[in-house]
Amino acid sequence: MQKQAIFQSKLLPYALVAPQLAIVLIFFYWPALQAVIQSFLLQDAFGLSSTFVWFDNYIELFKDPAYFEAIVRTFFFSFAIAVSSLSFALLLAVMADKPLRGSMLYRTLLIWPYAVAPPVVGVLWIFMLHPSLGVLSRYLRAMGIDWNPLLDGNQAAALVILAAAWKQISYNFLFFLAGLQAIPRSVFEAAAIDGARPMRRFWTVTFPLLSPTIFFLLVVNIVYAFFDTFGIIDTMTRGGPGTSTVTLVYKVYTDGLLGGNLGSSAAQSVILMIMVIVLTGIQFRFVERKVTY
Amino acid sequence: MANVTLRNVRKTYTGGFEAIKGVNVDVADGQFCVLVGPSGCGKSTLLRMVAGLETVTGGEIDIGGRVVNQVEPADRDIAMVFQNYALYPHMSVYNNMAYGLRNRGMAEAEIKTRVEEAARVLELSSMLERKPRQLSGGQRQRVAMGRAIVRQPKVFLFDEPLSNLDAKLRIAMRVEIRKLQRRLNTTSIYVTHDQLEAMTLADILVVMNGGQVEQVGNPLAIYEKPATTFVASFIGAPPMNLMSTRPEEIRSQLAGSGAADAGILGIRPEDFVITDQTPDSGVALPLTVEAIERVGAETFVYGSRQHDEQRVAATPGELPPGEVIVRIPGTEAPAIGQKIRVAAVRQKLHLFSGDGRTRIEA
Repeated sequence: MQKQAIFQSKLLPYALVAPQLAIVLIFFYWPALQAVIQSFLLQDAFGLSSTFVWFDNYIELFKDPAYFEAIVRTFFFSFAIAVSSLSFALLLAVMADKPLRGSMLYRTLLIWPYAVAPPVVGVLWIFMLHPSLGVLSRYLRAMGIDWNPLLDGNQAAALVILAAAWKQISYNFLFFLAGLQAIPRSVFEAAAIDGARPMRRFWTVTFPLLSPTIFFLLVVNIVYAFFDTFGIIDTMTRGGPGTSTVTLVYKVYTDGLLGGNLGSSAAQSVILMIMVIVLTGIQFRFVERKVTY
Repeated sequence: MANVTLRNVRKTYTGGFEAIKGVNVDVADGQFCVLVGPSGCGKSTLLRMVAGLETVTGGEIDIGGRVVNQVEPADRDIAMVFQNYALYPHMSVYNNMAYGLRNRGMAEAEIKTRVEEAARVLELSSMLERKPRQLSGGQRQRVAMGRAIVRQPKVFLFDEPLSNLDAKLRIAMRVEIRKLQRRLNTTSIYVTHDQLEAMTLADILVVMNGGQVEQVGNPLAIYEKPATTFVASFIGAPPMNLMSTRPEEIRSQLAGSGAADAGILGIRPEDFVITDQTPDSGVALPLTVEAIERVGAETFVYGSRQHDEQRVAATPGELPPGEVIVRIPGTEAPAIGQKIRVAAVRQKLHLFSGDGRTRIEA
């Protein structure tokens, strides 16, 4: 078998990859390069001129306690979103993996939320939990909880985490279900005969055998929580109250587009870019290895 | 140590499909019982019901005097060896074997003694730290065996444990399993579709077809007196020659022997001799040789009868109508196309009713 394709003209292969390369260069590398350049510049108040300031934007950033808070908050959000959506999705997948009547129906239903766009997710949850409009807010208050995420930062954070985690459950569920179905049924049967009760069977057999899937999803979920929660935050809280739901990505947007501090915003983008590269590196390094147990 | 008794065991799936249609088997303490039958005959389902992996919808399964229909697999005191071994891929060989003991809260020291003893018996001592994926098929098979024996259960269940091994290893492991079972003297139920495995392993052989038991008994007794044409053609390789008694050629030879109401005549390939004489009482057939298979110690001669017409009760491994296999020792064989006569004596004839469901003793 010859793997190499044979072209008559030497130029044809380049011409064929050119559109793809052009898209990547124009829409990914060019803006990225712009961000890097921008991060070394300082704009004047009216945006008429800019000065080259080396690493001043970065130094400013790391001196800024608000930025540090945003980092901590982002990591906390990521952790909370990843853990809650992973564990809930795993629970659902284990349940759905059982041979039950109508399993195809609820497997399909559980996958649907993945098709919902993040801003729509935000709006959906706002409808349910808005302090004055939300249908669930009444019950929360009836239960004696002073529910007002528009004023209470912790409640706002919880709301964002809840919505973001909910959105990701479908995706995780899909992978967990596939992972569970890849384990031969007889392994569970052997464990049952070996005297392992369901809980012990889960922790000693199912969980270790799913660990490659869990690790893969952990990285994917962290990346998601870092970058794809923008739409949810923007529709639900706009970073508020105060800055209690401002994550790194949201801060790039507020500082740059709303605050007009393009240099700092660009520097933040570059830092985020490095984080993505590191996360992707981890993913390729560890996840691509098929067997980790 | 326990006997296993199946009393009118049934399995009907929710869709109404009846996989097991009332099975009665009695396996005495220490016996090796083999369930044999073609794919889909329900033998694996029956074994899984004994293990507790499938629910029982009718009848009783009794292990050591206790009806276990509602008992969890873990509490039945059985161990099972699966076709794909079902080893825990993330655990070492040692932990694979120790898992069942740890689940039962056994002391680590005792576990160590038992695992090491099992490993010694199965020649796995040097591999205790390896993971299953680092082992060959035969070694994995032995780990699966080890996992079963360390538990010292009342009953061993084997679900086609050798079918993933190559032919040579299969024979070696077959002998190993038999020796091990003899030594441990543990009641065993073994499922296979391989009639040779069944014949060589079984103390008590259960031939199954379509969710029912066709015949139960000592393997040689079954070989010598198959109860139905199904058993006759399933047990023994190459299969028994089955032919209708309707053609004049055969009817005339059987006349007056009390076999007049038989519909099907069966003769094992090795019971034919190539001869010009017609035995005093027996059957002789003229054949045209169509193919010869020499396997060294013996030779199979495939011949066709001039006029044969109808198929007798359809069974697996059945020959096309009119074809006869003759098994002769050595390598000396007639030439292809040659016309020969083969004969079998009266004592070697098997007679069945026309539907093949009843054996007729004449």
